[in-house]
Amino acid sequence: MAQKRKKFVNIPVLTHLAEESHEWPYENPLAPGHRMCPGCSIPPIVNMILLEYGKDTVTGSNTGCLEVTTGVFPYTAWTVPWIHVAFENNPAVLSGAEAAYKAFKKKGKIDKEIHFVSINGDGGSYDIGFQALSGAAERNHNMLYVCYNNEGYQNTGYQRSSATPIGAFTKTTPVGSKVVGKEEKRKDLTLIMAAHEIPYTAQANPFNYKDFVRKIRKSKEIKGFKFINVLQSCTLSWRTKPEDAFRVLKLATETLYWPLYEVIEGRFWRINVKPSKPKPIEDYIAMQPRWRHVLKMPEVLDRIKEEVYTKWDYLLRMEKLSKELAEDLGFTLDEIFEMSWEEYQEKVKPKLKEKTYLS
Amino acid sequence: MAVELIKERKTVAMTGNQAIAEAMRQINYDVVAAYPISPQTELMGFFAEYLANGLVDTEFVTVESEHSAMSAIIGAAASGARAMTATAAQGLLYMYENLPIASNWRLPITMVLVNRALSAPLNIHCDHSDAMTARDSGWLQLFTENSQEAYHSLIMAVKIAEKALLPVIVNMEGYIVSHTIGNVNLFADAEVRDWLGESDWRTTVPHPLLDTDHPVTYGATALPDYYTELKYQQHVATWSAKDVVKEVLREFNELAGTDYALVEPYKLEDADFAIVVMGSTAGVARTAADILRERGVKAGVLKVRLFRPFPVDEIVENLKHLKAVAVLDRHDSMNGLASPLFQDIAASLYHLPERPMLHDFVYGLGGREVTVEDMLKAFNRLINLYTGKETRSSFVDYLQVRE
Repeated sequence: MAQKRKKFVNIPVLTHLAEESHEWPYENPLAPGHRMCPGCSIPPIVNMILLEYGKDTVTGSNTGCLEVTTGVFPYTAWTVPWIHVAFENNPAVLSGAEAAYKAFKKKGKIDKEIHFVSINGDGGSYDIGFQALSGAAERNHNMLYVCYNNEGYQNTGYQRSSATPIGAFTKTTPVGSKVVGKEEKRKDLTLIMAAHEIPYTAQANPFNYKDFVRKIRKSKEIKGFKFINVLQSCTLSWRTKPEDAFRVLKLATETLYWPLYEVIEGRFWRINVKPSKPKPIEDYIAMQPRWRHVLKMPEVLDRIKEEVYTKWDYLLRMEKLSKELAEDLGFTLDEIFEMSWEEYQEKVKPKLKEKTYLS
Repeated sequence: MAVELIKERKTVAMTGNQAIAEAMRQINYDVVAAYPISPQTELMGFFAEYLANGLVDTEFVTVESEHSAMSAIIGAAASGARAMTATAAQGLLYMYENLPIASNWRLPITMVLVNRALSAPLNIHCDHSDAMTARDSGWLQLFTENSQEAYHSLIMAVKIAEKALLPVIVNMEGYIVSHTIGNVNLFADAEVRDWLGESDWRTTVPHPLLDTDHPVTYGATALPDYYTELKYQQHVATWSAKDVVKEVLREFNELAGTDYALVEPYKLEDADFAIVVMGSTAGVARTAADILRERGVKAGVLKVRLFRPFPVDEIVENLKHLKAVAVLDRHDSMNGLASPLFQDIAASLYHLPERPMLHDFVYGLGGREVTVEDMLKAFNRLINLYTGKETRSSFVDYLQVRE
């Protein structure tokens, strides 16, 4: 005879556990009690995003540090709806959720304005999830995609990703007598996303929170696909001290290693922070035990410098071209970036057409 | 809003792909996501025409891969949408990672699988090797014999999925059904919509993702302290799903005047020998049984319609009195034992004190044509094994191999 089966198993549902006693706005929308490492810079990144986007936001993540530390059954740190399916597909998952939202909206079955935000690590963005990211960007779903880039697979104990810099130690690129750390330079995902000509692409740094929050705010009013690549220090793998998380991030921008810039429709490029006197890249590397062996290796150091300074030069030139273009249209570049998305559509786009169409 | 095209029932000659597209239009899904793969491409092409002409309200997400198709559908279904996709062979394997997630989350998704042989060698024609890979994925599976059944099955699958809160695969054989014209009795649009009811995102799933006033976490990690319980609730749901399917078939039969059941016996009451089969081959097998009956052999056929969950009781009820049964597997599990349908039938009959002898025939691989002669050959071999005229070295024969 078949075993007698209980019809119901007592399993809690992961609706927000504190919804009875707390309500938006939260001070920390990513609720305390999550399992991230002390000194991890992911929580401030997520909190800044959620504080700007607010309660009516559907979020999601690929498998990774953020995912595994915020939802361990039967607990959740998410005070907004959140969905995680697998390692490489969150933008595709949110594509479906956003399509469902559009379908309900069309039929008049939902009134409120809902935003979609996908927050994922560099492994899930640069590597295994690149296809889903590119697809969702090309289809121009109305969502913000944030890559928290800690330059490696930290959740699995630090293996190389295509975001890992030249010379850095990882467990799959160890420092040996023949090969020293990762040999290849970083893939530039921000440039690749700008080349998708999506409405808005930006690179940010949680250290410069004013700039980061402004970019999040800007992304919220833009309809279509938005991408922000945020550098995120990893105390465990970069082996920086927990209390140095923001100091090391600060140096990343001050040394030009992680320039802060933003791009509209792949057309207008603006650099947000231009250090009057950039600090030497060595200062940034010296803070990171994962990487500082290269300080004694002039050839490797030279390759790192070549990558960083040619990229900086490239950005300066893109900005110069953008300034020229803006002036041709009768604006300053700052005006274009500071006007609302609606104004941009109304004022800039027609002039852009006028100037660039073959007559 | 969706346009009413068919105001009263009518019979139309159409291919399986056209019939499925027609069902999709009448169901008026909230979200469809798809990526092209033969022989499913044509189906989505027909549906896209309906979209382009404003005949449906569906949001069509033309994803960049099957992996993203299933991901998008999971996102849509978790949001409370009536959502579907369709694929075949390699496409199913590429999305596979997401299948057990959809079923564990109890998402009422429907998927049409236009059965196609798995590579290698690359082949676009029919066998069941794609469907068999999904047999342990937690998805319910219906097999269909022709365009009519495929059309009906997709409509009933929506109701099954929403009542059982489990995803459903509707299998339709590539080319043999998908591209072959047959008569299809179509419902009036309103009948389908009334029978299924308007989809309501607040109730389709118990905790819709879009309900921002009641935020829910989908996809938390569950460690050894909860994993078993989360699997057990799915286990109970899957075991109970058979009753849901029965109930939906009963309701559907009332609507359509059909007599669908979990399995379909043909001349089995007094039979000595039978073929068990799924899909379009059932028709060929029935013809072979008739020929044998003219020759005085009591032959019959059992067509399995519901493959997951496996209808054990119905299988036992229909086969227990037979002398010998030939199980036809349109797939080879390459496991040194036998293929899935055989294994399931054997396991179902195991507890009987007396049970029929079983033999497995692998047939119809990569679109190999299946003839009445093939079926007679299978019956013949089965009878000879039973009477001792022939012997066997394993449970499995390749029915159609050129040696």
